[in-house]
Amino acid sequence: MSVTSVYLDHNATTPLHPEVKTLMKEVMDEYGNPSSMHQYGRQARQLIEEARSQVAALINATPDEIVFMGSGSEANNTVLSMLTCPLRGCSTPVLGKPRLLTSVIEHPCILETAKCIAGQSADVEYVRVDSRGLIDMDDFRKKLTRDTLLVSIMMANNEIGSVQDIQTIAEMTKKQGTIFHTDAVQAVGKIPVDVTTLPVDFLSMSAHKIYGPKGVGALYIRKGAPFCPLIHGGHQEQGRRAGTENTLGIVGMGKAAEMRLREMDDEAVRLRDLKKYLMSALTSAIEDIHFISDPGRDIPGTLSLSFPGIEGEAILLYLDLEGIMVSTGSACASGSLDPSYVILSTGQSLECAHGSIRISMGRTTSKEEIDYTVGAFARTVERLRKMTTYTRGVRS
Amino acid sequence: MAEANWVYNENVKDHFMNPRNILDDPETYEDDGRGMTGNIKCGDEMLFVIKVDKEKGIISDCKWKTFGCASAIASTSKLSEMVIGMKVEDAYRIQPDQIISQLGGLPDKKIHCSVLGDKALRAAIDDYYRRNGMEDRIRTTKAMVVCNCMNVTDHDIEEAVLDGARDYQTLQERTKIGTVCGECKEETSVLMNSFIEKYYGKQ
Repeated sequence: MSVTSVYLDHNATTPLHPEVKTLMKEVMDEYGNPSSMHQYGRQARQLIEEARSQVAALINATPDEIVFMGSGSEANNTVLSMLTCPLRGCSTPVLGKPRLLTSVIEHPCILETAKCIAGQSADVEYVRVDSRGLIDMDDFRKKLTRDTLLVSIMMANNEIGSVQDIQTIAEMTKKQGTIFHTDAVQAVGKIPVDVTTLPVDFLSMSAHKIYGPKGVGALYIRKGAPFCPLIHGGHQEQGRRAGTENTLGIVGMGKAAEMRLREMDDEAVRLRDLKKYLMSALTSAIEDIHFISDPGRDIPGTLSLSFPGIEGEAILLYLDLEGIMVSTGSACASGSLDPSYVILSTGQSLECAHGSIRISMGRTTSKEEIDYTVGAFARTVERLRKMTTYTRGVRS
Repeated sequence: MAEANWVYNENVKDHFMNPRNILDDPETYEDDGRGMTGNIKCGDEMLFVIKVDKEKGIISDCKWKTFGCASAIASTSKLSEMVIGMKVEDAYRIQPDQIISQLGGLPDKKIHCSVLGDKALRAAIDDYYRRNGMEDRIRTTKAMVVCNCMNVTDHDIEEAVLDGARDYQTLQERTKIGTVCGECKEETSVLMNSFIEKYYGKQ
């Protein structure tokens, strides 16, 4: 077998698209400050505005609704932090305590910010999810009250890949007169997103999840939505995000968005087929596999699974020694003593969470790589099951 | 590009990739002592079995199984190598830092896993003592209450240290120790430092 390294961790990050790389190399010397009026400044400005149009096109927004930021995390922090901005005048005036409604499976950059604003003056409520990682709509209905000022629900989950019925959730939220934000970092560029039909006020995106560079993200801000910046200072990005623009990163994000628009649909079909193939090949090669993600309602290339009786970090590292790169929800790999809260939230057991593995395929993942991967999984699981104290529900 | 260092050192990697003394069939292995520790829910569970040369009082063979991460596998494998041929009472006294130093070190946050190996071994030796009428040799490690107000024991302090507490304030946050009258502060600090030294060496 000629395969030496197989990258199956595209939800963590992606390699640069070759066209993104080519363009970024070309513009590397464009050092002008986009705020400068002179020639170099205008050149940089033009590159940024082109990228803004490209990113806008990916979600069918208008360019002036796109604000470039340092990351998807910054975009998420910006939206949630508005709730406790002491300069209330700059955002929506609120009577009483501002209330945030979010979900238990959000990315840490939402959950930690929620904790932070809850420590200041906001009330935060969390919606439960069902066994597929989908929002429990009864719980959502119950918790969405007239006092809810902001709802923030992720479009697709990074760990298990579950895709929410964000259309219904957004419509319900808007009907209530509440501001709606979605963290779409794992969704944009993988599934179609159209803000002309999806009633969101804010939507977060990241470049490096869609074959763009690290260190750049964007926030969609619907025209007329209340807004207050997180980073104060200069007038960049129409005063919505201070700091000299990362021209190179932004250009990369623009090109990445353009390429996604071109490649996404065909790729989604291909990845869904490849995932089906992967699942059936794994099932034939290995006994007793537990699939966590639900192939009906997830992003095309993501598969979350566990192998009862064995632990995730051990699986990850055996695979790593065979050149295969995946991720795990095990506590051992997280640096804390707790395994994945996302997987636990879906009602899975602690054993399952400690043993969970995420395979996230991408635009270059081939059938050949999947065949090699299945073989490596079979070897790894066999080795580890020989060692385990726990076999198919029966303690040895 | 040069390859980055692996997660663990070469010795740990070797024991992870080629674990020694795995118990193949728990049903047929005729052990003189069998011990289990940990909890699969916490992500680590370990079974240790020993055979004892009763005349010489040495461990003649041992085997193990684990549901655990790479360092749990490697440290148990190393421990199994260490104890074969060792006097039972010496094996009984093995502490985590000995296993860790034999492995050439483990990341701090991983030490919690390795602690399981020696505990499982002691449980197996306890079982051996029990089966052979040597209950008097079993060292019970009954918890001692240090903080009477909040009912915190030395075991709780030990757990907190293993979970990363290195100073009095963090220890208080984790265990609530000394948060009422505060009289136990000195004793607590001494105990905490002794546990830090036990697991992580002199600071």
